[in-house]
Amino acid sequence: MAKKGELLHGYWIEGTGPEEEVVVSVRVRIARNLVKLPFPYLATDEQTTKIQNIIAGAAAKQGSAFKDFSFMPMEGLDGVQKQILVEKHMVSPYLARNSHNGALFLRNDGAVSIMINEEDHLRIQSILPGLQLEEAWQEANRYDDLLEGKIDFAFDERFGYLTACPTNVGTGLRASVMLHLPALILTKQISRLLTALSQVGLAVRGLYGEGTEVIGNLVQISNQVTLGQPESEILRNLEGITRQVISQEQSARQTLLNGSREKLADRAGRAYGLLNHARVMSSHEAMQLLSDFRLGYDLGLIKGYDRRLLNELLVLIRPACLQFLAGRELSPEERDRERPAQIKKRFDEYRQSAEKENK
Amino acid sequence: MLCQECQQNPATVHITKIVNGKKTEMHLCETCARKKEELDFSFEPQFALQNLFGSLLHDGLPKAGEKISLSRIQCPNCGLTFAQFRQIGRLGCSECFSAFGDRLPLLLRRIHGSSSHVGKIPGRTGSEVKFKRELAGLKEQLKIEVERENFEEAARLRDQIKAMEGQLEGGGQVG
Ligand SMILES: [Zn+2]
Ligand SMILES: [Zn+2]
Repeated sequence: MAKKGELLHGYWIEGTGPEEEVVVSVRVRIARNLVKLPFPYLATDEQTTKIQNIIAGAAAKQGSAFKDFSFMPMEGLDGVQKQILVEKHMVSPYLARNSHNGALFLRNDGAVSIMINEEDHLRIQSILPGLQLEEAWQEANRYDDLLEGKIDFAFDERFGYLTACPTNVGTGLRASVMLHLPALILTKQISRLLTALSQVGLAVRGLYGEGTEVIGNLVQISNQVTLGQPESEILRNLEGITRQVISQEQSARQTLLNGSREKLADRAGRAYGLLNHARVMSSHEAMQLLSDFRLGYDLGLIKGYDRRLLNELLVLIRPACLQFLAGRELSPEERDRERPAQIKKRFDEYRQSAEKENK
Repeated sequence: MLCQECQQNPATVHITKIVNGKKTEMHLCETCARKKEELDFSFEPQFALQNLFGSLLHDGLPKAGEKISLSRIQCPNCGLTFAQFRQIGRLGCSECFSAFGDRLPLLLRRIHGSSSHVGKIPGRTGSEVKFKRELAGLKEQLKIEVERENFEEAARLRDQIKAMEGQLEGGGQVG
């Protein structure tokens, strides 16, 4: 983390996956707790230390399985370092900000995070690029099995895995899909779709700007129910519904492409121009421009770039990343100036390395 | 419209969440939205728990003739009372689940539409639960076979169930 080259490192940022034109990333997390020890928010300093030691000890006993992980107590990181991990979705805001004796086992590829003393004693999460829900589950499940081999988890015959919040009881499983839905939003089909999704038991989140525009056209859907369904069914439901959303988004993109190809190309080109030449840019504006640029890229209207660059920019525009790159704390106004400067720099680096490869 | 958070600046950012068909909206100014920014893009969905607990308020109240107050229903392990649980929406430890007794299934059914786990069972410590789940599955199968009048298969299942129940009662090693 100390080196600048590692700032934008992360498996979901760099990797590729199926349906990546619409699915930015998937995340699976499972919540687990130790028997009898109070949940972290109620635990004493001594108890949270004990919890950390038990879990770290269990990982140590599994030896080689955890050799490609880095162990990071939250206390050892400064505010910006913690926030960067949040911005890269490798740590929850709760662990970064609210935890006592919180700690993280981060797999070196950035695909697996094991959080200690979060809302639950243990949160195991895997985040992967594209629609890879089953793969993300397998990753998280594997580390659950390894740790369970050494620790007694709180489990009840009737209620399943016991968690601090009743909304996680049972499987402790929360699976989420981050979707880029510019065409459904442009064609105003989105609100009907989102309402329909929430009626089939999925939670839907988007960030809305003026009116009905979803900022960055990013929408996240996740399962709500964790009890009464096996993990396989929870994942299958979410995947099935995600596939329907993908096909609706793709057909909306085709309609747009057939009817207003020039308009879309213009929109993507303008986004490119602003991203490369603007001097002041809010994060909301950057999100919107990156979405326009991404759509242009996915429709083949913009060539010569790759998805990794698009994902990197999505992370790079966030406050802590900007402050890390600037090497100092920035006020919101200063961040709005730093943001386009860093975007341009990243584009320049990309073009330079592309030129080098061509020679 | 003024910002909900600071009540000073005009609200220009509107965050909408739809959970279970229920829409909740937040109206914020640019500055307050920035502060919330990280949370908005984070993956953890925020549930409107207060609403769930709000309706539980009535369900959780002592029934007629039941003289214990909610603050006296307490987990012997961590000390959390049921009244506190209702207020903060979090249990205190694994033992709270038995301490709060029959009040929890009601809440869980309200959230999940079910109060019984059918998913993963821990590999090392869960062998008895696995055994019981297998037994329950065989009993279901037995019912079906009897209905279908497959008496030979039913007899075989009945013997197997008997043997397994004996094993469970005997406290022997299961699974
Ligand atoms: Zn405000
Ligand atoms: Zn307790």
